[in-house]
Amino acid sequence: MLAGWIALGVVVLLILWFVASYNGLVRARNNVRNAWAQIDVQLKRRHDLIPNLVEVVKDYMGYEQEVLTNVTKARNVAMAAQGPAQAAIAEAGLSGALTGLYAVMENYPDLKANQNVSQLQEELTSTENKVAFARQYYNDSVMVYNTKTEVIPTNIIANMGGFQKAEFFQAPEEEKAVPKVDLR
Amino acid sequence: MFELIRANKIKSWLLILTLTSVLVVLGWVIGEVWAPGGGVGGIAVAVVIATVMNLLAYYAGDQMVLAMSGARQIEHKDLPQLFNVVEEVSIAGGVPMPKVYVIDDTAMNAFATGRDPRHASVAITKGLLMKLNRDELQGVMAHELSHIKNRDMLYMTLAAILVGAVALLADMFLRGLWYSGAGVRRRRSDREGGGGAQAVLIVIGILAAILAPIVARLLYLACSRRREYLADASAAMLTRYPEGLASALEKISGDREILEAANRATAHMYIVHPVKSFEERASALMSTHPPVEERIAILRGMGHSASMSDYQAAWQRYHKGQRLAPKAALAAAPPPPPARPPAEGPRAPETQEDRLRRAHEALDTFRRLGGFLFIPCACGVKLKVPPGYARPQVRCPRCGVQHSLAEGSEAGAAGQ
Repeated sequence: MLAGWIALGVVVLLILWFVASYNGLVRARNNVRNAWAQIDVQLKRRHDLIPNLVEVVKDYMGYEQEVLTNVTKARNVAMAAQGPAQAAIAEAGLSGALTGLYAVMENYPDLKANQNVSQLQEELTSTENKVAFARQYYNDSVMVYNTKTEVIPTNIIANMGGFQKAEFFQAPEEEKAVPKVDLR
Repeated sequence: MFELIRANKIKSWLLILTLTSVLVVLGWVIGEVWAPGGGVGGIAVAVVIATVMNLLAYYAGDQMVLAMSGARQIEHKDLPQLFNVVEEVSIAGGVPMPKVYVIDDTAMNAFATGRDPRHASVAITKGLLMKLNRDELQGVMAHELSHIKNRDMLYMTLAAILVGAVALLADMFLRGLWYSGAGVRRRRSDREGGGGAQAVLIVIGILAAILAPIVARLLYLACSRRREYLADASAAMLTRYPEGLASALEKISGDREILEAANRATAHMYIVHPVKSFEERASALMSTHPPVEERIAILRGMGHSASMSDYQAAWQRYHKGQRLAPKAALAAAPPPPPARPPAEGPRAPETQEDRLRRAHEALDTFRRLGGFLFIPCACGVKLKVPPGYARPQVRCPRCGVQHSLAEGSEAGAAGQ
């Protein structure tokens, strides 16, 4: 009789553990997907901000229109990019174009003093940070999720439930080379 | 980091459990001393006190603290940079955006409050806003956000209230004994005849009433200091730039001003201890915060990396033979691949102009929140009219042009 109760207790505990671990895996996987979506949200914000900046800066920069055309072109390429790999390269190109613009803007004191411009610059700086932090958080969640799928005993459930490992976001080489511009 | 939070959680629940049992034992002893067999009644009183206080703190604690500090909520349009920085670190930490508050006080401090990440707020003083650059602000906000993410406010508020309840109960008992002790004792010994046992119990009661609050407080303080270190470590990991927080702490520690809005009850919540009187700083054992100089040195000792284990390595140079977090928790959290290249070397130094502009921006924000009118003059002066100004016109002090108050905008947008 007692043995029967113990056996029942063990079975109930096993089921509880199974449910908890499975749900934990699902939660971690959803977290990874959510984190990926957050990157897109921030990238879209960046694309939306750029036309405003170009519009304000245009009037000040008589002779250096091609810097602005570069930014606009890079933005269009980034918006048209398909898939994470292509998007990563296009976004890196956009970052490069923006860095070029910021460098040129340094030569126009009037521009730096303009409140609208400095507000837009703050928004763009912040959006760049948000993109970086969203990627960082994505990688953090991928690490948590992957660890869950690898460690014993959760890996048994992960194999049974078909939980694939997620991929880390890797910054393309040219983006790593972009120097960090300081805009305050 | 996620494992660390779990280890942290277990420790905090142990603290709450220990404090509750101290409270229950104290309640029992006091009950027995008051009336033999009244131990259960004593426990009941202790539990009721603790429950009521905890519930109050759980649901209304954050609002009470914010109201006590005179904090005002702000939107993105009021202070875009502060709002953006908070949003950035909340993205890095993967928690919902907390509400942002500012405190009109020139002392330099900041705190976070709220029972969980969904009901969280961060607050920062005017003094800190005026002095910190973007990176430093990010470091401070990351520290506050780590408190939110680790649910430190909840545990520390609950623990603080239990400590308070223990002290309250002990105080009630000692006072009661002082005023009516003699009468109670005589009546009891008449009835029972066993005066010896009763006297021993009274001595135990007095000892418990004196020791329990001290023990509870020391436990609580040790836990609080550890949480500050962990929040520093998490902040370094979130921003991948420990120097930001280190240099902010340096600026804050150089400031000797006392935050008027803070008192002993809310002191544990701030980024550095706000009550800078001598006896508060005299003993490291009796403080809610570790010494700032040590926190800075640990952050700087991390070098160019920003993982939890790097922080622990730097921390151990100050705490030989101790560990900040269980080894398993650190092993489970190796530094993740950085999403952005770690910042190298010092950034461009700030100019005096930058500092002035930042200070003006912060001051204007508080004027705007206080109901000032902003009128731009053609000569470049921005007139700032206080809310109590009675006349319909105001004269520009530089060029003498008269402006009507109707020109002004409360948002101050026209001047920007």
